[in-house]
Amino acid sequence: MTDTVSAPGAASIPGDVTAARNRVTAARRFRPGGSALVMALYLLFLLLPIYWLINMSLKTNAEIVGTFSLWPQTVTFANYATILTDASWYMGYVNSLIYVVMNTAISLTVALPAAYAFSRYSFVGDKHLFFWLLTNRMAPPAVFALPFFQLYSSIGLFDTHIAVALAHCLFNVPLAVWILEGFMRGVPKEIDETAYIDGYSFPRFFIRIFMPLIASGIGVAAFFCFMFSWVELLLSRTLTSVDAKPIAATMTRTMGAAGVDWGVLAAAGVLTIIPGALVIYFVRNYIAKGFALGRV
Amino acid sequence: MNKTVNQKAWFLVLPVLVLVAFSAVIPLMTVVNYSVQDTFGNNVFFWNGLRWFQDMLESDRMWNALGRQVVFSSIILAIEVPLGVFVALNMPKRGFWASFCLVLMSLPLLIPWNVVGTIWQIFGRVDIGLLGHTLDAVGIDYNYTQGFIAAWATVIAMDVWHWTSLVALLAYAGLQSIPDAYYQAAKIDQASRWAVFRYIELPKMTGVLMIAILLRFMDSFMIYTEPFVVTGGGPGNATTFLSIDLVKMALGQFDLGPAAAFSLMYFLVIMAISWVFYTVMTNLDNRESRR
Repeated sequence: MTDTVSAPGAASIPGDVTAARNRVTAARRFRPGGSALVMALYLLFLLLPIYWLINMSLKTNAEIVGTFSLWPQTVTFANYATILTDASWYMGYVNSLIYVVMNTAISLTVALPAAYAFSRYSFVGDKHLFFWLLTNRMAPPAVFALPFFQLYSSIGLFDTHIAVALAHCLFNVPLAVWILEGFMRGVPKEIDETAYIDGYSFPRFFIRIFMPLIASGIGVAAFFCFMFSWVELLLSRTLTSVDAKPIAATMTRTMGAAGVDWGVLAAAGVLTIIPGALVIYFVRNYIAKGFALGRV
Repeated sequence: MNKTVNQKAWFLVLPVLVLVAFSAVIPLMTVVNYSVQDTFGNNVFFWNGLRWFQDMLESDRMWNALGRQVVFSSIILAIEVPLGVFVALNMPKRGFWASFCLVLMSLPLLIPWNVVGTIWQIFGRVDIGLLGHTLDAVGIDYNYTQGFIAAWATVIAMDVWHWTSLVALLAYAGLQSIPDAYYQAAKIDQASRWAVFRYIELPKMTGVLMIAILLRFMDSFMIYTEPFVVTGGGPGNATTFLSIDLVKMALGQFDLGPAAAFSLMYFLVIMAISWVFYTVMTNLDNRESRR
C-alpha cells in the first residue's frame, strides 16, 4: 500500500480509501499518537471568542451593557431580523458575494492556461515571471489602495463590483497559478502526449481530459480565491462607496452617535462567518495542500 | 519533471501577464510617479528628485513604525511556528475526529479580517467581553485602549488565534506524507519520542514549514485591518504598524509624495526578505526531487 502511486492531494486525505481497514490499522500502529487534551485546549482557545460573538448576537443591547452572563438570559433574534430586513444591510452581503464570485471566475480562467504552461514547458524568463507573480502576493494592499482608487476612478469603474473583483486579482491570480501549478505537476506528462497522438487539439484536450484530472486542484484554487477575496477589506472598502459596498465595510455603520449597537454588530459578524464555514466543509481534506501552494 | 522548451507557452501565460500588469504595474508606476514629484495643489506637479526618499529615511516616524513591525512579526513567528507544530503533532491522524479538527481549525482563517478585529474588540472589553471581564475579576489591570502592554498582548493573542491554525495545517500535511515504514524503523531502533521528532518528523516538515514561515512573515508584515479595528494604532502610536501608518499618511493626511516613497521602500523590504525565503524554498524543493 505504501508504494501505490497516489493522486494529487491523496497524501493529505486523512483516512485511507485504498486499502482494507485492518491492514491500515496494522500499518498505522507505529505512528505516535497525539494528546486529546492538547487538542481540546487548543480548540477551546479557538472557539471561545467565536462563542462570545454568537452569545452577544443573541442578546438585547440592554442585556449586553447591563448584565454580564455567560449565555443569553432571554434569547432574541431581533438583531438578525434587523439585518435581514434592511436592504442597506443585506445588500452588503449580496455585493460581497457578487465580487467574490466574479473574482474567482476571472482568476481561474486566466490562471488555468498559465499554470499549465509553467508546469509543462520551459520558456525564456519563466522562472523570473514566476517569482514576479509571487511578489504581487507580497504587495501590501495599503501600498495599492490609493493608486487603485485613482486608476478605477479615471476609467469610470469606481464603486462597481468589477472594480473590486479586478483589484483582488492582484493577489488571487498569482495564488491560483501557484496552487494549480502544484497540482498539475502531479499529472504525468504521458497523458498529454497520448492525447495529442490520439488527435486531440489543445483546447479539446485541456477541457475534456486535463481539467477533470485536476478537478480537486481547481476546487482548492477556487476555494482560496473565494477565501482571500472574502476576507479582504482595505481594497474593497477603498474602491466602493454605495452601490458595491461590501458587508465588512457596512459593519462600521453600527458605530452610531448613540454608541455602538453591539447586538447588531455581533449578528453581522456571525453572518459573515457562515459562508466560510460552509465552503470549508467541502475542501477540508485539501486545505493544507492548498496552503502549501500544492507542494506537499 | 523534465520540461520541454517551448516558447509558444508565452501565449498561455499572456492573459495572466496582461491582467496582473493592469492591476499591479500601472498602480505601482503611479506610486513611483508620486514619489519623485511634489505639488502645490490643482494637480500641478513638478520634479522633486529623491527628496521624499531622503526625508523618509531621516524621519523617525518610519523607523519607529518599521521597528514595531519587526518586533511584532518576530514575536508572532516565535509563538505561532512552535505552537503550530505542537498542535499538528497532537492532531488525530485520521477518521472522523481528524476532519472535525480540520474544519474547526480552519474556521478563524475564513473570517473577514475586520470581523476578527471586532471579535477580539468585543472579547477583550472589560465591561462586556469574556476575556477582559475575567482578567479584571482576577485583579489584572487590563485595558487594551489605554495600556501599552495590554494593547500589544491583545494584538498578538489575536494574531496567534487567527493564524496558528495555518501553520498547524501545513505541518499536519507534512506529517501525513511520512511513510509508515519510517516510524516502524524508529520503533525497532527503540528511538525516543524526541528522536522520532528530531530525525524523522522535523526534516520531513522543513519544506512546508518554510512555506508557513514565508506566508506568515508576508502577511504579518502587511497586517492592517485587525489591529486597526481593535486598537486603531493606539494607545498613542504603540500599535501603529507599517500599513496603518502608511494608510494614515496617504489617505488620511494625503501626503502623497512621502507616502509613495514610504510605499516603495516598504515593498522593497518585503520583497528582499521574501526573496531569501523563496530561494531557500526552491533549493529545498530541488534537493528533495533529486533524492
